Amino acid sequence: MEQFFQQLLNGLAVGGIYALVALGYTMVYGVMKLINFAHGDIFTIGAYLGLSLLVSCNIAGLLGPMAAVLSVFVMVALLTALVGYLLERVAYRPLRNAGRLSAVVSALGASIFFQNAVMLIYGARFYVYPDFLRPNFTVHLWGLDIPGIRLLVIGATVALMLALSAFIQRTRTGAAIRAVAIDPGAAQLMGINVDRIISLVFLIGPGLGGAAGLMVGIYYGQIDFTMGWSYGLKAFTAAILGGIGNIPGAMLGGLLLGVIEALAAGYVAMAWKDAIAFFVLILILIIRPTGILGERTADKL
Amino acid sequence: MSLLQLSHVHVCYGSVEVLHGIDLNVEEGEIVTILGANGAGKSTTLLSISGLVRPCEGEILFDGHNLLRMPSHKVVGLGIAQSPEGRRVFGVMSVLENLRLGAFCIHDRPRSERTLEWIFDLFPRLRERKEQLAGTLSGGEQQMLSIGRALMAEPRLLLLDEPSLGLAPLLVRSIFDTIRAINARGVTVLLVEQNARAALRLASRGYVLEVGHVVREDVATTLLADPGVRKAYLGG
Repeated sequence: MEQFFQQLLNGLAVGGIYALVALGYTMVYGVMKLINFAHGDIFTIGAYLGLSLLVSCNIAGLLGPMAAVLSVFVMVALLTALVGYLLERVAYRPLRNAGRLSAVVSALGASIFFQNAVMLIYGARFYVYPDFLRPNFTVHLWGLDIPGIRLLVIGATVALMLALSAFIQRTRTGAAIRAVAIDPGAAQLMGINVDRIISLVFLIGPGLGGAAGLMVGIYYGQIDFTMGWSYGLKAFTAAILGGIGNIPGAMLGGLLLGVIEALAAGYVAMAWKDAIAFFVLILILIIRPTGILGERTADKL
Repeated sequence: MSLLQLSHVHVCYGSVEVLHGIDLNVEEGEIVTILGANGAGKSTTLLSISGLVRPCEGEILFDGHNLLRMPSHKVVGLGIAQSPEGRRVFGVMSVLENLRLGAFCIHDRPRSERTLEWIFDLFPRLRERKEQLAGTLSGGEQQMLSIGRALMAEPRLLLLDEPSLGLAPLLVRSIFDTIRAINARGVTVLLVEQNARAALRLASRGYVLEVGHVVREDVATTLLADPGVRKAYLGG
């Protein structure tokens, strides 16, 4: 039973990270009907930027671990948001009226560009996040010894997801984002500037993705330039699982995928966790082709 | 000077030209109707005014502003709102959210609340259903919502694309009565309709469109009496 709860919490931590990345895929798909294949690489950029800021710029030395991680968290989110904004301006906006296939090719190109840029700048070897950044306290709860970092990752991802939900559901700008996702033409008739909404989505999604990259660096301690591929694929799977274009779906899909993986790794075998995760995806797509929450907005939101 | 003036407006979809030089004007306070068969270019005319379709040639002036290259969200800010063909309400949002989105350009919240009250008085059904998802409304209610949503932008010029489409005859009458009431509040109306008889009874002037050309323009009573118009659009 103890193993079950430990794996469950581990799954929620990883799943929260998947969910943050999945939100970037699903929000962009919502407003543009485009899979932003470069999104996983923005996640990588977040992990590397975080390392550079913490170690090379010595913010960790100046501020101490706790304050450093918090401030770098904000900086990484802002910087990757900027990367996302520029990506949309350079790679997608000029192709707005050129059809979806052109944009997809452009997205694949941007992905290769980012991945190689990271490799050229940092080299192809993996990097290690300094150990002292990881909070190494443990929490005793319900008879379990839970690593503090695990609870912090869960807490941070859940807080970000709640903040995003509140923004999307309760603000005027959030309503405008939903309107553009439903019907961009009708949204324009409301006086909504669709270009500005798309830019905003390309700030929010990559900002969350970059922050997730930093979290992976701190949580697992190790990063490499291809990490965007594996995490990107998982997060994309999570977005599909929950129903692509659907924001609560991406959150649910991410958490679910993380938990399934962790339980598979714990009870079946580490080597089988990816196979089982994708098997569940195939199963759900056979039963519900629109994803778990994708029903009423099958081809729109 | 007219409130709205279209001169020689040509619109092409790809290489196919669908409007071949439309001339049309609307004076402040008027109700003007555009009649014509399916595919005559009525909806395209309205979309080009709102900036959702870009004319390749011509001029569109609204109150002295040239709309030809203006982004559509700025057109709304100038005071032109549209209830588009097919209503296009945001189905997975509530009635109230749809209406509030209509006021996206209005930053005076108390004033918007008063507009909202007026719209609820015009369409009491919307007040009853304000928490309901727009997609679950009946066709007539969605039409009311689409018109109400456009009115939330506090337009000087309201563009209505086939408000009577698919509605029961009794509901059609009530919608047309409401349009009259909206116009009485000082909103100029440009109305595209298939229901030519009702539209001409409401409007002061009318234009007849055939395959992208204006073939007739006259005061509504003359068009109602005209044998050619009667034969083509009023069922003899």
